[in-house]
Amino acid sequence: MIMAKTSGLYLTILKRDLMLGLRNQSDLVNPLLFFIIVVTLFPLTIGPEQATLRQLAPGIVWVAAVLASSLSLDGIFRSDYEDGSLEQMLLSPQPKLLLIMAKISAHWLLSGAPLILFVLFSGVLLYLPTGSMLTLLVTLLLGTPVLSLIGAIAAALTVGLRSSGLLQALLILPLFMPLLIFAVSAVSNVNRGLSVTGEFYFLGAMLVLALTLAPFAVLASLKIRMA
Amino acid sequence: MWEWLIKFASPMNFYLLVNRFAPWLGRAAVVLFAVGLYGAFFYAPADYQQGESFRIIYVHVPSAWMSMFVYMTMAGAGAAGLVWKTKVSDAIARSCAPLGASFTFLALATGSLWGKPMWGTWWVWDARLTAELILLFLYLGYIALQSAIDDRRMAARAGAVLALVGVVNIPIIHYSVEWWNTLHQGPTITKMDTPSIHVDMLIPLLVMIAAFMCYFFALVLVRARVEIIEQERNSKWVQELVLPPGGHK
Repeated sequence: MIMAKTSGLYLTILKRDLMLGLRNQSDLVNPLLFFIIVVTLFPLTIGPEQATLRQLAPGIVWVAAVLASSLSLDGIFRSDYEDGSLEQMLLSPQPKLLLIMAKISAHWLLSGAPLILFVLFSGVLLYLPTGSMLTLLVTLLLGTPVLSLIGAIAAALTVGLRSSGLLQALLILPLFMPLLIFAVSAVSNVNRGLSVTGEFYFLGAMLVLALTLAPFAVLASLKIRMA
Repeated sequence: MWEWLIKFASPMNFYLLVNRFAPWLGRAAVVLFAVGLYGAFFYAPADYQQGESFRIIYVHVPSAWMSMFVYMTMAGAGAAGLVWKTKVSDAIARSCAPLGASFTFLALATGSLWGKPMWGTWWVWDARLTAELILLFLYLGYIALQSAIDDRRMAARAGAVLALVGVVNIPIIHYSVEWWNTLHQGPTITKMDTPSIHVDMLIPLLVMIAAFMCYFFALVLVRARVEIIEQERNSKWVQELVLPPGGHK
């Protein structure tokens, strides 16, 4: 009974946020467009040689993905904050962690998941071989939820502030550095024919850690900002 | 014990305590700096490999040590502020950030100065230097957040959450950077990772660390005192403090 009730709450919020996100198409498309433009900048600046681009591809894709997701973070709580529904959600008797998880999941489905599709396209632009491409996709699958989870903390801390977008980027980019290290080294390991299980385990561990701790930090931050 | 702590946590008692202890901490720092620097320049022998330039460790190592210690103090004070909602711990946490950032910058600058003769370049993507650089970014993010939120208490509490997130991340950053570095660099750098340090070199280092600690605590208390006075400017005891006795506006 309680189980059904809570999952109902989760699905309700998730559906609502997905619907809002899909209707507001510029918020959905702009980060993806930004991603593909950033990827295009690299061949233009470092030269179109196939070998160089192939070697740098995982780093380029990941840096562009991190920048794109830090741009889209602002949207997690802002509109709900501005029209007051965020305050109502926090005042409601519903389990708040579940509510926050639903909002973060919606953000990932709207920003992280479509990004993975765009990465396929950018892999072609950067001459990434199929084997490395698959590894890159796995690292993104494990890593982009972490971007949404940790990013939600920064979004909650800065909700309602002027120029919050740049501030969010300053707060979270240092925290994403370990993620980038493991993700990029997984792909370069594949290129050299080495094992990648270690990196996958590390990325998985970061995902589990972020899943367990980040919702609490988000809730605490929102409560502080709404006080 | 608890009563004493709660009494200490009241802003007025904190103010009086700082008035009494901060000058002594400051004097202790001056004496320890004098002793430590004398030891660093004249007592410690020159290193058989690095010659005189190794002496920069007497500033570099304590600053690097303090950069971590101050972050932990900041996060600890912030957590105490979140749990007990004490104004004093909020003020201490906020006061830590610029000091910690300065220590981190000092560690990076001295590391870079030492690196020029030793490694031949100003900067090497050495694991520890890189981790220190990321730590500097964490401090600067904290300061940016503080200046973005106008309400002091809210800024302190938001900063506390950020600092705690940073504490969880610092070990991850440290080990991932170390791992990344060994993957990329290989043993091209001859680091000063000698298994032991001669006792004549160690004593001035310990004195310098003690001096840095006293200096930090003296400064953080004075800064927190300023924060408290600004925060409590409308309360009766601050008004009485500022206005001349008997005088009324």
